[in-house]
Amino acid sequence: MNTLAATAPQVFHEPGCAKNKGKSTSDRKKGCAKQLAPGAAAGGCAFDGAKIALQPITDVAHLVHGPIACEGNSWDNRGAKSSGSTLYRTSFTTDMNETDVVFGGEKRLFRSIKEIIDKYAPPAVFVYQTCVPAMTGDDIGAVCKAAAQKFGKPIVPVIAPGFVGSKNLGNKLAGEALLDHVIGTQEPEYTTPYDINIIGEYNLAGELWQVRPLLDELGIRILACLSGDAKYHEVASSHRARAAMMVCSKAMINVARKMEERYGIPFFEGSFYGVGDMSDSLREIARLLIERGAPAELQARTEALIAREEARAWARLAPYKERLAGKRVLLITGGVKSWSVVAALQELGVEIVGASVKKSTRRDKEKIKQLLGGDAHMIDDMRPREMYKMLAEARADIMLSGGRSQFVALKAKMPWLDINQERHHAYAGYEGMVELVQEIDKALSNPVWKQVRRPAPWGATALGVEGQATKRIAALPASRAA
Amino acid sequence: MALVQVSKKACVVNPLKMSQPLGAALAFMGVQQCMPLLHGSQGCTSFGLVLLVRHFRESIPLQTTAMNEVATILGGLENVEQAILNIVERTNPAVIGICSTGVTETKGDDVDGFIKLIRARHPELANVGIVYVSTPDFKDAFQDGWAKTVVKLIETFVPQVQTLPQRAPQRINVLPGCHLTPGDLDELRDIIESFGLQPTFLPDLSGSLDGHIPEEFTPTTLGGVSRADIAAMGAAAWTIAIGEQMRPAAVLLEQRAGVPFVLFDRLIGLAPNDDFVSFLSRVSGRPAPNKVRRQRGQLIDAMLDGHFYFGAKRIAIGAEPDLLWSVGMWATEMGATLEAAVTTTASPLLEKMPIEQVLIGDLEDLEARAARADLLITHSHGRQASERLGVPLYRLGLPMFDQLGAAHEVTVGYRGTRNLVFAIGNLLLSAVREPRPDTWRTNEDAA
Repeated sequence: MNTLAATAPQVFHEPGCAKNKGKSTSDRKKGCAKQLAPGAAAGGCAFDGAKIALQPITDVAHLVHGPIACEGNSWDNRGAKSSGSTLYRTSFTTDMNETDVVFGGEKRLFRSIKEIIDKYAPPAVFVYQTCVPAMTGDDIGAVCKAAAQKFGKPIVPVIAPGFVGSKNLGNKLAGEALLDHVIGTQEPEYTTPYDINIIGEYNLAGELWQVRPLLDELGIRILACLSGDAKYHEVASSHRARAAMMVCSKAMINVARKMEERYGIPFFEGSFYGVGDMSDSLREIARLLIERGAPAELQARTEALIAREEARAWARLAPYKERLAGKRVLLITGGVKSWSVVAALQELGVEIVGASVKKSTRRDKEKIKQLLGGDAHMIDDMRPREMYKMLAEARADIMLSGGRSQFVALKAKMPWLDINQERHHAYAGYEGMVELVQEIDKALSNPVWKQVRRPAPWGATALGVEGQATKRIAALPASRAA
Repeated sequence: MALVQVSKKACVVNPLKMSQPLGAALAFMGVQQCMPLLHGSQGCTSFGLVLLVRHFRESIPLQTTAMNEVATILGGLENVEQAILNIVERTNPAVIGICSTGVTETKGDDVDGFIKLIRARHPELANVGIVYVSTPDFKDAFQDGWAKTVVKLIETFVPQVQTLPQRAPQRINVLPGCHLTPGDLDELRDIIESFGLQPTFLPDLSGSLDGHIPEEFTPTTLGGVSRADIAAMGAAAWTIAIGEQMRPAAVLLEQRAGVPFVLFDRLIGLAPNDDFVSFLSRVSGRPAPNKVRRQRGQLIDAMLDGHFYFGAKRIAIGAEPDLLWSVGMWATEMGATLEAAVTTTASPLLEKMPIEQVLIGDLEDLEARAARADLLITHSHGRQASERLGVPLYRLGLPMFDQLGAAHEVTVGYRGTRNLVFAIGNLLLSAVREPRPDTWRTNEDAA
């Protein structure tokens, strides 16, 4: 059964989650849905999370079953890039009206699937449940099943209506949809001992493409990325990979663990952010592949590539080290990004005056604590007003955060850099680290800061630009001045 | 005369429409020291928030009652209560504007009843204005949410009078539709003040979302019209409503306080602005100032210079009804013809459009009708269609997330119309097709 009532608690019982393991049995039963404070909450819903996790699959039609708000207010707003199909950027929604709410929206949903298949012929349709049809009882699982039979195509129900919880829960429920309906349903054309999956990487701003050339050079093939720049067929046949890397520690841990359980694919948790982390990740990938039977010479080739790339990266970073040394950064972001970016910035001698851990797991927090040498600079929940104060009082030189808090920094007339999903720059791998540092340097050294902080001088009584002219007139012979 | 049709598709592809509560929330953002609050799950708020942040490039005050599954089924009284208390404690607003969503309307939460209960339980909230507007996502569109909110604001804050008050002859109410930008409001304020009149805008986004730098961090709206200003609207001499969507609000204000209203269905174009300026001149008893006269001359000159590039051009527009009307009518007055008109919701103006059919539909419909067009006019989501069709796009409306200065686009008044003649004229001018040796060759085989 893939009913939500069955899936959600199961996701909460994730044994791969360190936080969950640390709980008492009774606490664990409560699940990990945090009670949100009405009137003081921020962040997306479970549907948002599911969409973030799956929409990067590029050749699939993503159909949102709900009223206009869920899709109409949010479509085409993420920076996941595609090397092929652009269908994932086409928006599909049933735009439920009052009649659908009263009499049920199943028929409209079925007809919508048909229209999409007739017009766009995608290899599969993903159908997202939202709050309203979840309340009225539209059985989208049944509709998807009927449509799959009728049209002979995979129609995948993604059961993550917004009100069941946070964005993070939605990521996991999306993962469950892949496990239940997609992964293992097709076979790859061929396999190699160098096939890996990358889980929880969305190719935002093309970050996967900063890593892929390195893997290509080593002869390592990304069989499937979940889900950045992925095609349906790749995800469906991803169960034949030899090893996997889990990039975002919270988003899809259930997928990594269950694929290990079901298909014997070992995984490790790594990051592409920062020179050191990038190298470690390449090492781990090579190690796991060799363990699974790839020729041992892969290790030496990997080390050679790491040595070459690190030397090149540090040579390119050297000019910035001096410019950025001692600069103070306030880092407001979630999950894995916190510690990987902290590590990356510390490599450059930048001081971290605060790092948010609001969305981080216990393991994430420990990593940050280690990196920062204590928890003094860990921020659990910072109100915008406090961020503003910190910046306005110049206790930080720059803020790195997501788009929605950018104006807290800008209104305090302080530099800001986007490190969230709407960003336009790619920061992964060795290339990305150089780009990140260039961007920070560009932000800090921009000449606007001096100008915008200048108060309007209108109250001044001393002579300004007109001083020279006044002096010239005063110097005229008395006969003319009169 | 147009036939108004509703798209028969089951599936909306590339929506033109945005949801009603978001329009309502934006209207609340034009009220001073206000915190708009969506009564729904937290995603309802976060999607809307991100959209408005990207459009205005400003902090957006918008909160959520954070309804989870259980609260949704059992009813949201506690969540609404807690949200109000938390907002008051954290941000000390003068007004909290509550908008319902699809999820709470499906349940049927009686929010008016909730507010009565909450007021009874918490006398300390006596000074906080609480305005509720019912805006289910599964009905109507952005423009409707905005219009309903203005009605509710008048209902809540403008007292009903028995005997008509002494009118302040120089005071003018302005009820702008949601298709006007903060820049448009600034322009209108300049024009109205140049006649010695004092305008009050409701809502007034020009003070709150015009991109100024405040001295202090404010979690609520930064500017906008105050509660006291709204209450005083009943004593104004006239109400000017801009856009057909504002008619119900203007009618209500006339009924409650006896303020007579005039409605301008658009302020783009020469003739509508002539009417507007004549009206101001009559009610103020002053001739049009030199500045305005010069602007009229400049617009006429711009129309003469620009008409070459508009003549017989085919324009496809996707916009909410009042914006579609404003820009569509003006474009035809410049000599262009409407190739396609797609909109989001019903309006009495639609059937008067100079085109055979006006479709309540989506951007896929617009794209399908725009293959032969010379120009697309719609919001930023038209970028994919523009790329596929190879037809240039002029971005107009909300959201405009891939360009700077959305808040400062000015298209009203003589000067705003002049801007638009130049901006769109330049797009058409740069898209002129160069002649080729085969351009005039008739090829019967290919026919």
